[in-house]
Amino acid sequence: MRVLVWVSRTTWRACVDAAARMVHDGSAAEVTLLHVPEPDAPEAAHAAFTGLLGRRRHADPAPVITAEARVAGERLLAEAAGRLGSPCATLMPEGRPERAVVSAAAGADLLIAGRDGDTTRLGPHSLRPPLRFVLDHAPCQVLLVWPGEAPGTHTIPPPPAPGDRPPRPPG
Amino acid sequence: MSAATDIWPVVLLVLVLAAAIVRLPRVHEAAVALPAAAVCVASGGLSAAAAGDELRRLGPVVAFLAAVLVVSHVCERDGVFRAAGALLAGAGAGSGRRLLGLVFALAALTTAALSLDATVVLLTPVVFATAARLSLPPRPHVYACTHLANAASLLLPVSNLTNLLAVGAAGASFGRFAALMALPWLVVVLIEYAVFRVYFAGDLAHAGAAPPAPAERPGVPVATLAVLGLMLVGFFLASFAGVDVAWVAAAAAAALAVPALARGRVRVPTLVAAADPAFLVFVLSLSIVVLTAVHHGVGHLVNRLLPGGASLAALVGVAALAALLANLVNNLPATLIMLPQLSGGGLGPLLAMLVGVNVGPNLTYVGSLATLLWRRIARDHDHDVPLGEFTALGLIATPLAIVAAVVMIWMELRLTGGG
Repeated sequence: MRVLVWVSRTTWRACVDAAARMVHDGSAAEVTLLHVPEPDAPEAAHAAFTGLLGRRRHADPAPVITAEARVAGERLLAEAAGRLGSPCATLMPEGRPERAVVSAAAGADLLIAGRDGDTTRLGPHSLRPPLRFVLDHAPCQVLLVWPGEAPGTHTIPPPPAPGDRPPRPPG
Repeated sequence: MSAATDIWPVVLLVLVLAAAIVRLPRVHEAAVALPAAAVCVASGGLSAAAAGDELRRLGPVVAFLAAVLVVSHVCERDGVFRAAGALLAGAGAGSGRRLLGLVFALAALTTAALSLDATVVLLTPVVFATAARLSLPPRPHVYACTHLANAASLLLPVSNLTNLLAVGAAGASFGRFAALMALPWLVVVLIEYAVFRVYFAGDLAHAGAAPPAPAERPGVPVATLAVLGLMLVGFFLASFAGVDVAWVAAAAAAALAVPALARGRVRVPTLVAAADPAFLVFVLSLSIVVLTAVHHGVGHLVNRLLPGGASLAALVGVAALAALLANLVNNLPATLIMLPQLSGGGLGPLLAMLVGVNVGPNLTYVGSLATLLWRRIARDHDHDVPLGEFTALGLIATPLAIVAAVVMIWMELRLTGGG
């Protein structure tokens, strides 16, 4: 099975551990580690710079930040590969993370991703919008892992009292 | 031809602003602004005497700006920002929230002392690199730099070119300006911090990882920081002694540049480039074009829209108008347009205008709707931050910050009997 691991800065350890378990029990034939440097930071910096009317163009901080993001991404991928402990491929595409991951998942049988939102309670807030997009659009199986200890089921809000109107279904 | 109905100065102004916003790759905006200014004077739209007065008034401002740009550049070459990054990494490791507090403090101080230019160009990359090294989501910290570059530029005249232009017109001293703006500055920074802590709560909840041990700890450039500190003290002293602050800035620039040149850390061409002569020409030319447009109807229009007096409602109105104008065309032209109408009206409306043009641009993340529109047209937004997200952050923090700052200014002026 071709396994793609989405190495995201805050959840990669749990994802890599899951991949390592699959390599160990033989179900993963090849593993690819994927990291997408966040475009938000260089874009915000570039936007702030364009607001400085008349300043010299070569002072734009965005290329510096983009380069730094790639260096940091490579460091992260190297650390992840080290933790995996077995041969793997690495990918660092550009663009919006959710689209790059979905696009790369077309060539995989399983995508491993970690919940990157509020992990103190069970519920939809444990997924941030990019991960939600990936889950909705992934063309392969997806293994969704908790980055740490999963919260207990007591964190689910209680069911509505009898007589309450049920929530309207979407559409 | 009646001067009040001439439309060509406004057309020229729009052309100059368009050139500055579009940023054609081979044509610097100064190459459009300078001929436009020449046309304004040569055609009689602005008398040579008035143009000369304006240039004489702005000369020291532009010289001051050039000196501060050189100071920032040498500070960066001497490793001030690198050392700041190491400090952030050391003290901020293990907590996104603690890092944000440190970034806020550092960005506010950098903007106040070295101007928003330094925060955007020099500090933001360092903050990003630090967050990445600490394995923390960098978004809140980078946004903090870009927001505070605007919001924290209230404190000192040096913090923003808009302040420099206004202080000259108001005849307010450096010290008086700082004294009046200190509390509003603090209030704005605190409001932004509170909004950031709530808005980015998810990103800030992570603990990250310990940074990899650096190959060598960057040394702290103590001498450079000492000169910087002396420069700031010098600004206050100079304003008491009646000496133009441009001399203090020039002295600081020389005190920093000469050793750096001797040590080979900078070369003369890069120092000259850092002073950005094309930008200085642009500022001077733009002021001539704006003054011409102001004399030909724009000033009359602004006067009709400006609330009169110095009541709290009037000050908030001035700040709101200033913020609106700054968001339409950018804070520099907005200041130049509003200054002539406010220079006789007392300190209150002038400071309220500065609050509007300095803090207001945080509403649109590129600082003006004109820029936003152009980026949409030029399809320069392939990797745009989802517009709604940044606008929401701006919409929450900015009006609150503007009103709070204006209220503080009004209270201070009432208590000190100024106006």
